[in-house]
This record gives sequence, structure tokens and C-alpha cells, in this order.
Amino acid sequence: MPSEEVTDERSNSGASAVRYEGATKRYGDSSVAAVDALTLEIPAGEICVLVGPSGCGKTTAMRMVNRTVEMSEGDILIGGESVRDRDAARLRREIGYVIQQIGLFPHRTIAQNIAAVPQLLGWKKERTEARTAELIELIGLDPELGGRYPAQLSGGQQQRVGVARALAADPLVMLMDEPFGAIDPINRERLQNEFLRLQAEIGKTVLFVTHDIDEAIKMGDRIAVMREGGKVAQYATPAEILMDPADEFVEDFVGADRALKRLALMRVADIDLWKAPLAYVGQPTAEVRAKLASPDVEVPYPLLVDSERRPLGWLSERDLRADVVPSRPDSPLGPLLDRDDVMRDALADLLQGEAQYAAVADHQGRIAGVLSVEIISEFLGSPEAKTEEHGAVERPHG
Amino acid sequence: MASGVLFAAAGEVGKGFIHERTSETLPCQAKPSHLFCWDWARQNIDRFGTPALQQFELVAISVAVGFAVAFALALLAHRRRWLRPPLLAGTGVLYAIPSIAFFLLLLPITGRGRETAIIALSAYTLQIIYRNVTVGLSNVPASAKDAARGMGMTERQILWRVELPLATPEIVGGLRIATVSTVAIATLAVFAHAGGLGTQIFTEANLHFPTSILIAGGIAMLMALSFDAILLTVQRFATPWRRVRAS
Ligand SMILES: Nc1ncnc2c1ncn2[C@@H]1O[C@H](COP(=O)(O)OP(=O)(O)OP(=O)(O)O)[C@@H](O)[C@H]1O
Ligand SMILES: [Mg+2]
Repeated sequence: MPSEEVTDERSNSGASAVRYEGATKRYGDSSVAAVDALTLEIPAGEICVLVGPSGCGKTTAMRMVNRTVEMSEGDILIGGESVRDRDAARLRREIGYVIQQIGLFPHRTIAQNIAAVPQLLGWKKERTEARTAELIELIGLDPELGGRYPAQLSGGQQQRVGVARALAADPLVMLMDEPFGAIDPINRERLQNEFLRLQAEIGKTVLFVTHDIDEAIKMGDRIAVMREGGKVAQYATPAEILMDPADEFVEDFVGADRALKRLALMRVADIDLWKAPLAYVGQPTAEVRAKLASPDVEVPYPLLVDSERRPLGWLSERDLRADVVPSRPDSPLGPLLDRDDVMRDALADLLQGEAQYAAVADHQGRIAGVLSVEIISEFLGSPEAKTEEHGAVERPHG
Repeated sequence: MASGVLFAAAGEVGKGFIHERTSETLPCQAKPSHLFCWDWARQNIDRFGTPALQQFELVAISVAVGFAVAFALALLAHRRRWLRPPLLAGTGVLYAIPSIAFFLLLLPITGRGRETAIIALSAYTLQIIYRNVTVGLSNVPASAKDAARGMGMTERQILWRVELPLATPEIVGGLRIATVSTVAIATLAVFAHAGGLGTQIFTEANLHFPTSILIAGGIAMLMALSFDAILLTVQRFATPWRRVRAS
């Protein structure tokens, strides 16, 4: 997008747009640039993920923003202001900084760690304490842990504190360098989800570095795929990158399973579900059999629901031989999905439950339809999967 | 004879004092096989008060001076890497000079007295303290420094708020070793005419009557243990985060 279009340099939510203008870094006397004339526009309040193979210059590109790496050429503007014109230490206090190694201060308590930047900024004690308490709550930590030392916390808890510390002085921009890279997969997923929920509330401009394309797709509003030598191969939304890779490098990097990866961008609600023939307890089975016989039925078994239309289980042939629908179905319900589940997780649930299809419930727990492996594989094979834009991962901002 | 030279250097401090002070010869003094004479100890314990106090002052002042110099050198080397090899070599050379030779070498330059002893004793502490401060600073996790810099601490703030607090265990550890060894070496200060417990050890008479040596040695040992206990307590209170790890 042409830069003149961006008028909202600094949104009212306290986030600033970041603009790379030919930013270049050469280490020492090296003739090869670690980052080569990077030009990139990150709108205020969005998460931009820098992704690429190891050594391609992601960290260097990110660190030029807070000048922990000094640019050789070019410029970076935050909210229209050049970082070069700023005193480095003051600039950094306005930018949140999260690193993979977390880097909590071992000799300071959790509360003191979170209060580090407010302290540097000379905040009053009451204000700092109030802010610290607020952040401990925001990251879902037991307030009692505020008095503990980092060594007493788990890795996941420590990284949450790392994020809270970076947010303490309400920074205009957040820099996050593989923040969840050292966390085990289960906790990483949890931390990712928590951060997305947090971001929906706080709407910061975030530069997020990872080498994991799945994480990039999940976290990014936009993704900059970088290649060796600090060049951007493609800068686009996750959906665009999956559907329309700019070149062979991006295509390779995204992987052959990019159709499958698109499932990470969709929610169950975004796809047309099957309708199951419903059966109520005590209903004559003849009625149910009649429903099954109708041609537009897509599921061969009736789904037993209660009076609130909440799914209870599947009826078998044997159940239907009785006169009325029994209160206990022959086969259990199996996986129950939510309309808001990410499609990839839904598929995983289906496979894990060794089920061909599963009931999908709405927010009230009422039946919304049936998702089947067949629906998903049809979707993956359809031209729609490759061309049509689904705005499925839109997250509320601000 | 080497011991003759030494006793000459020790000077008149303890010369023949046993016979001057004690009018009658105690029974146990007559028997050289007797290692410790309690009767003599009871009668003469007050002789050790002033030397013990002198010894204490020598140690306290020398370690304080040594710490100030070594700490400043270590901070200098922390900023300027190229200073590290020469500083380590320099403090190492000072540490390698035999203690008595050091005192005797200094005598013609700085004269007799406490200053000479303090110069030599502080010089000995330099190497240990310098090295421990340096090790402490280099053991600070790089991630903590990176985070500190990234959140906008200045180099000075990083040093005083992150690096030095985290280096405290090593720094105090160095102080403990330096203090304990200085208590031992300070008994040699008598050769610089600076007093101390050495006055009660290096006397000709003691060759045949070790009671005085044992008392002085015992006091020195207690002094070393007390210094060590105090420093250990300081360290534990200064580094509360290290105590929680076990729980
Ligand atoms: N301090 C430095 N001095 C010299 N060269 C450096 C320095 N830091 C990085 N480089 C080089 O610059 C290039 C880019 O490094 P950078 O750390 O930015 O890559 P990265 O994409 O973050 O890699 P990774 O995924 O492994 O973290 C690499 O070739 C690296 O060797
Ligand atoms: Mg990196």
C-alpha cells in the first residue's frame, strides 16, 4: 500500500504505525548486508510477523526499531518520527521488548520485574503498584506470585511476566523475538491464544519474529516472509500468502500442505455444515425413520437432542427398532465441536475421536449442524480453498 | 641462620618479654615438652589485647583498601576489554611475591610502620577480589542484560541495577577469601613493625615455649572465622533471591 494513504500514524489506542524506509544493516566491515534496504509499512494496532529461515535477518530487522542494533543506512519511523532522532534509552522505554530467553531479572521479584520500565520513567510508587497489579491480573497470574522470584515460576509463567513487563508502560510498539520459541508445544499454543486475546483488548502495533510458519499464520495480521540476506520475499496477509505465494521461495517456505494450513485461518462457522436428522426423547421412531428417508438428509444417523436441542448422542438401527426414541442412545456423542473452533483444531478432534462426523454446537450449546471429514476434504480439494478469500481469522481490534 | 635474621627483623617487640614480665618461673615453663601452659595463659592473657586490636585494624583497613582498588580496576576492565590481560597479570604478580619478602622489600621504600603493612596486605587482596568481581560480572545472564538494554536502561543503570546485584555472591565470596587469608598474612606485619598478633608469635623465647604462639594463633583463627561469618551473613541478606531456589 502506498505510504501516502496511511494517515492514521498514531491511533488513539496508544499504538503507532512503524515504517521501514530502506533500512539496511551491515555488521562490521561485512560487505553483505544482514538486512538489505528493508521497506515495510506496519499499520498501527496490527501484528506483523517477520518469518523466514534461520540467519535471514529477522532479529536484526526487529532490533533496528529500538536501536539495540544500529542501522547502517535508511530509516525507521515510529508514528512518523525517525528513531534516529531519538535518544536510544528514551526511545526504548516507549517500546515493549520480549525475547525468547525471557531475560527476567533473577534478583527482582515478579512485581519488581514488571515495574522495571515505570521505575526508569520515574513513575510515582502508587501508580507503579497499581499498574503492576493490573498487569498481573491481565496475564492471569495469581497475585500472590507478585512477591516471588523468577526462579520460582514455570517457563510459561515467566514468559507471561516477560510480556507483562514489556507492556508495563503502555508502549506504542511491541517487539517480540521468538517469544514462545522455548516453550513446550502445549503451553506455546496456550500463550499464543492468550496473547491474541490480549491483543484484541490492547491493540498494540506488534513486530513478531518467528521461524515457524504455522505460528506466523496464526499470529499475524500481516506476514513478511524474509529470505537470506534480509530481503522481503512477500509481505501480505496470511490468507494471501497461503493462496498466492509470490514466488517459489515463499511456496517452499509455506510448505506443500498450505491448503491444510488454511484450515488454521478458518472457523467451523465459516463452512456449510451438514444437517442431521434430529430425534427427541419419547418421539415415535416412525417419525424419525421418515426423516431419514428424505432425500436431503446428509447424515445417515439421527442425532438425539434434548428439549433445548442440545445434542445427547447418536441413535443406532437398534434404537430405531423400538417404538419410541429411548432416553439413552446406543452410541455416545463423540467429539462435540463449537462453531467458533478453528477448523484445524476441529479436524484434529475428529481424527482423534476416530469419528467421521461430529456435532457442532452454538454458544448456547444447541445443535448448529454436523461437521464431517468429508466436508473438510471437499473444501481442501475445491477451487474455493485456493482462490476465495475467507476473512475467518479477523480478530476484533481496539 | 634464617630464623635469626627473621627474629632480628621482628625487632625488639617481643624480645625476652616472658622473663621480664613474669617474676617467678612457672612450673610448666621449665618443661619444654609441655605444649600449652594454662597457668601462664591465665596470667598473661592481657598481653594479647593490643596486638589483637592492631591485627583487626590491619585486616579491616587492608581489605577495605584492596576492595576499593580491585573493584575500581574490575569495573574499568569491564568497560575496556583490552585492559583485562594486563590487569590480571599485574594483580597476579603482586599475589605471587612471597609475603615476608614483600614486607622486607617495602621497608627501604616506605619505612617501618603500619602504612607499609597495609600496602603489602592490600596488594595481596587485589588478585582475589579483582578476579571474583570480574567472574561475577561475566556470569550475569546475557538475556538479563539484553532485556535491560532493550527496555531502556543506560549502561550505568545496567551495571548498578542488574550486573552488580547479580554478581554479589561472587564479589562477597572474593571478600571472604581475601579477608581470611589477610588475617593469616597480617601476623607477618610484625616484620614491618606494624604490630599485630605476630608480636606474640615471632619471638626467640617462643621456640622453646609455644604457649604464646598457640594463643595468638587461636585468636587469629577466631578472628578469621568471625570475619567470614559476618560476611556470609551479609551475603545471605543481600541476595534473598538465592535462598528461595531450594524451596
Ligand atoms: N552481532 C553480530 N555481528 C555480526 N554478524 C551478525 C551479528 N548478529 C547477526 N549477525 C549476522 O547477521 C545475519 C542475520 O542474523 P539475525 O540474527 O538477524 O538472523 P535471524 O533471522 O534472527 O536468525 P535466527 O532465526 O537464527 O534467530 C546472520 O548471518 C548473522 O550471522
Ligand atoms: Mg533471531
